[in-house]
Amino acid sequence: MAKEVLLAHGSGGKLTHDLIRNVFLKHFRSPLLAMRDDAAVWRHSSSTEVQWALTTDSYVIQPIFFPGGDIGKLAICGTVNDLAMVGAQPLYLTASFILEEGLPLSDLEQIVASMARTADEAGVEIITGDTKVVDRGNADQIFINTAGVGIVPKGVHISGANAQPGDVVILSGPIGLHGLAVMSQREGLRFSFPLHSDCAPLNSLVAAMLQADMRIHCLRDPTRGGLATTLNELAAQSQVGIEIEEARVPIPESVHAACELLGIDAFYAANEGKLVAIVAPEAESAILAAMRRHPHGRETVTIGHVTAAHPGKVILHTTLGAHRILDMLAGAQLPRIC
Amino acid sequence: MKYIDEFRDPEKAQRLLHLIHKRSTHPVRLMEFCGGHTHAIFKFGLRQLLPCTVTLLSGPGCPVCVTASSDLDRAIAMAHLPGVIVATFGDMMRVPGSNGTLQDAKAQGADVRMVYSSLDALSIARANPDRPLIFLAIGFETTAPTVAAAILQAQEEDVDNFFILSLHKLTPPATKAILDAGEVNLSGIIGPGHVTTVIGADSWNFLPNDYGIPCAIAGFEPLDILWAIYALVDMIEAHTPAVSNRYARSVRPEGNRRAQELMDQVFQIGPAEWRGLGVVPSSGLLLREQYRAFDAALHFPVQISPSQEPAGCRCGEVLRGVTEPPQCPLFARVCTPEHPIGPCMVSSEGACAAYMQYSEA
Repeated sequence: MAKEVLLAHGSGGKLTHDLIRNVFLKHFRSPLLAMRDDAAVWRHSSSTEVQWALTTDSYVIQPIFFPGGDIGKLAICGTVNDLAMVGAQPLYLTASFILEEGLPLSDLEQIVASMARTADEAGVEIITGDTKVVDRGNADQIFINTAGVGIVPKGVHISGANAQPGDVVILSGPIGLHGLAVMSQREGLRFSFPLHSDCAPLNSLVAAMLQADMRIHCLRDPTRGGLATTLNELAAQSQVGIEIEEARVPIPESVHAACELLGIDAFYAANEGKLVAIVAPEAESAILAAMRRHPHGRETVTIGHVTAAHPGKVILHTTLGAHRILDMLAGAQLPRIC
Repeated sequence: MKYIDEFRDPEKAQRLLHLIHKRSTHPVRLMEFCGGHTHAIFKFGLRQLLPCTVTLLSGPGCPVCVTASSDLDRAIAMAHLPGVIVATFGDMMRVPGSNGTLQDAKAQGADVRMVYSSLDALSIARANPDRPLIFLAIGFETTAPTVAAAILQAQEEDVDNFFILSLHKLTPPATKAILDAGEVNLSGIIGPGHVTTVIGADSWNFLPNDYGIPCAIAGFEPLDILWAIYALVDMIEAHTPAVSNRYARSVRPEGNRRAQELMDQVFQIGPAEWRGLGVVPSSGLLLREQYRAFDAALHFPVQISPSQEPAGCRCGEVLRGVTEPPQCPLFARVCTPEHPIGPCMVSSEGACAAYMQYSEA
């Protein structure tokens, strides 16, 4: 391991996983943490059927306002979605702010108003919080941490470790919008077509899916590291192989164009309003139908299946009829040089 | 997407593959000079679709990979000078020098910034007028004109804290060096599409004229590459070596004159040290006399110990097409994308990284 923390340790790829394993899991020994799901799920006592879910996340995005959202909307959606990805119904959130001296109050208010709107949309309440202000230069405008608690309905058992051979891999819509919208804004690139973040709370979509059929084995939102990283995480956690048909993965024209220009791969670009579901084959059609009826799942597609072969690996069948590994990235994705 | 989807059409790809299979009777060894081609070949899985008579070899066309260890060590030493800002393309941050990477230097407190172009670096210089900014100018003929443009702009605006460390390299002399060394027996070259857009298809005429082997200039989509492979196989089978431009939507015989003039105005040709190839005469670009004010090598002399290549690393041989990445004893065992030992595992244009990321499982 490197001697210092590198920026790439935060990219969501292999280095992030190394850091979690070699530092955090080494000292934090909770079996709930070791599950490595988006949220921890536990039962308060053996006598109760009620399962709680708890998660936390910090948001440090630059720029703080981007097409389709802002850091506040992201801070609500991210945490709501982490709860939704274990099948929980999110109830209450916390909100902590680290503010850099000099941040315009109007910016802060705009962000907080956006958080309130998004919380309303997701049906959650922000019930406690904290504020710290640091000297100019000691933070980048605004950092937000949110934590969330929710209840997992009876009979729901969703974990990244639950995928089984024969299961179907479902994606809730086109990939790469958030990553490319933010990257384009950061680089000052303007396109003649709209490129908006897909940032959205997914809890009502998940509720609709569970209502249609409970046989959902895994859920994960492909945020940092993109679809490729999420599929690899699920394959590793469940010790199964995953096979994906490249031609079935929807990539919007705008994302495609921006990727070509920047020399990056949409499979690794972040999403903030999409989910990957691994479901029992018998549940596929009911869940697809339910998702397509929901505003955040209209373009849902089946993109592949789970296999017992090559456990821990994701294989991509390319549009030309070849196949190759779809790996996790080692560090951050970088634009090409020539 | 227009201009992209047409060149990824699976049916047309099948037709081209059929033609290649039908035409190819003798074993051929084709080198794709450009790392962008290597990447595309692996990403689309083209190697598995070609007949066994066609062997593809990766060449030295990865700007990060061919940067000499000594140049990287100098850049790291410059980054540690007080007040200095070093700006570089992202991949360079992770290449191990003799003692760590630019990324390590950054974590230790040096001000190293990732940029997407030389003009971004110029903007950082403008925003920090009291601090010298050194841009690590790596790249081939594709990037050199943009760096020349940045220097001319800095001159026009009197930006006096903008410097470059010119590590530019020229592709035809490197191709000659590989052929002259005689280590690899090549039947044809897949010419680099972006570079040739600048220098022109005619720049490769020496391949059929002096070496008797064909060159097909290719774009970066699967159909572009398959079409170039077909052209090469066809010329080899017919014993009619020539330069075939299969990227005519971008490449002209004479290239981009404006870009060539810019390069020529600011740079003069000189020797350059390549990782794997050593010092190749007339393969680098040095700042001309009248632009020496921008030369970081002149204004920030640093002492470095003799540079060491990482023990066991065979990047040099990989860059010459002599060794395939899996033949390197470090490959995938010690040297991985998370903990790269050599530059070919770092850069997204490096052959080892392409093998790792897109292996055929």
